[in-house]
Amino acid sequence: MGLAKRIIPCLDVDKGRVVKGVQFVDIRDAGDPVEVAKRYDEQGADEITFLDITASHEGRDTTVKTVERIASQVFIPLTVGGGIRKVEDIRAMLNAGADKVGINTAAVFEPEFVKEAAERFGSQCIVVAIDAKKVSQPGEANRWEIFTHGGRKPTGIDAVEWAIKMAAYGAGELLLTSMDQDGMKNGFDLGVTRAISDAVNIPIIASGGVGNLQHLADGVTKGKADAVLAASIFHFGEYSVQEAKEFMSDQGIEMRL
Amino acid sequence: MKSVAVIDYGMGNLHSASKALAFADNNIKVNVTAKAEEILAADHVVFPGVGAIRDCVGEIRRLGLGEVVKEAAQTKPFLAICVGMQCLMTHSEENNGVDCLDVYPGEVKYFGDDLKSSDGSKLKVPHMGWNQVSQTLSHPLWKGIEEGARFYFVHSYYVEPKDASLVAGESEYPLPFASALAKDNQFSVQFHPEKSQKSGLALLKNFVNWDGQS
Repeated sequence: MGLAKRIIPCLDVDKGRVVKGVQFVDIRDAGDPVEVAKRYDEQGADEITFLDITASHEGRDTTVKTVERIASQVFIPLTVGGGIRKVEDIRAMLNAGADKVGINTAAVFEPEFVKEAAERFGSQCIVVAIDAKKVSQPGEANRWEIFTHGGRKPTGIDAVEWAIKMAAYGAGELLLTSMDQDGMKNGFDLGVTRAISDAVNIPIIASGGVGNLQHLADGVTKGKADAVLAASIFHFGEYSVQEAKEFMSDQGIEMRL
Repeated sequence: MKSVAVIDYGMGNLHSASKALAFADNNIKVNVTAKAEEILAADHVVFPGVGAIRDCVGEIRRLGLGEVVKEAAQTKPFLAICVGMQCLMTHSEENNGVDCLDVYPGEVKYFGDDLKSSDGSKLKVPHMGWNQVSQTLSHPLWKGIEEGARFYFVHSYYVEPKDASLVAGESEYPLPFASALAKDNQFSVQFHPEKSQKSGLALLKNFVNWDGQS
């Protein structure tokens, strides 16, 4: 008996519509983030993460309205990431009903922003997203670096040291995405997940590369993640969140069933 | 129609609490307010809170709401959530020590930095996610909620009341701590019922239908 590991489905949303094709056969509007969030809630999702990929400023107002609509009907924690660059962006999302915000690029370019955000709103609502890629050669000691721009631009920052710094700056949680694995369906990069989880005292969400349920379980048992995030394996109806939780529970992982 | 006041002192996500109350029972009117007269005129009062305790207590005092909170807690069904619950204690260790409202004699304590579970694995702080709540008292607010049901928590500090008979719910991380307190017309929870799906909505519905008698 104790704290359960979490499963977090992630939605990519552009101008208030779910993109990357969610395919639920029996859902009326698979493009509506509210419908999709409700479905995941019914399936037993422990939280929902909503990644806003809207580029335009006008589109951000739509995002706020979407967050309001989700938060009025789905009563599990909601994290909103994407485009969070200023204190006002955080306030707008929290006022709309988000419980946490994900800060990514802004943290890399302006680490003090994380400190300011945590002091202003509390660490519990600040998730720092870390996009890491392995840079060591085969035979060398493992080393991972922070990348920006969807994994294209190296920053020279060591991922484990960065995680320690972000925790010290007041991050309440880290969302770790392995850019080598993202979209590959080969499972998480367990090495970097474990290295960061061992190095910090705040919860780690593993992300990037999930292709089957064993990958989710491995993220917890081998990567020592506190939560696992996945998108496509749930969106295309390959597995339900409920199936994933039962699978992980059967492997001895404490889950909320 | 019953009215429920959610005390708004500028700390936290009051949208969630008010929406969850309205969703749990559509027969109530929810009013998010910092006005003393509105709080004291409501049938039920919810005292939420997130963030650092120094800021929470500081804002309550700045807005002159300390006495209003205490009076509401004496006179009507009263539900404190998360840091709201912590504010009711005498003192908190957070932010190098903060004096709180002293409704319940007791301390708010830090979980610690080197927590280990029984199997030796590291336990992170904040305590974040779904944990089980064991119902140590029978209470109208637990009605219809399974013993050991999971609720959503996010906190690094926990309450330790001097009077252990107040404890209505207990959770483990890794040691047992008070996750709910009950006294007369007051109920307090460390977890977030507004984020705890069915069990949380059931607790909120029980609260708005509660006459304040235990």
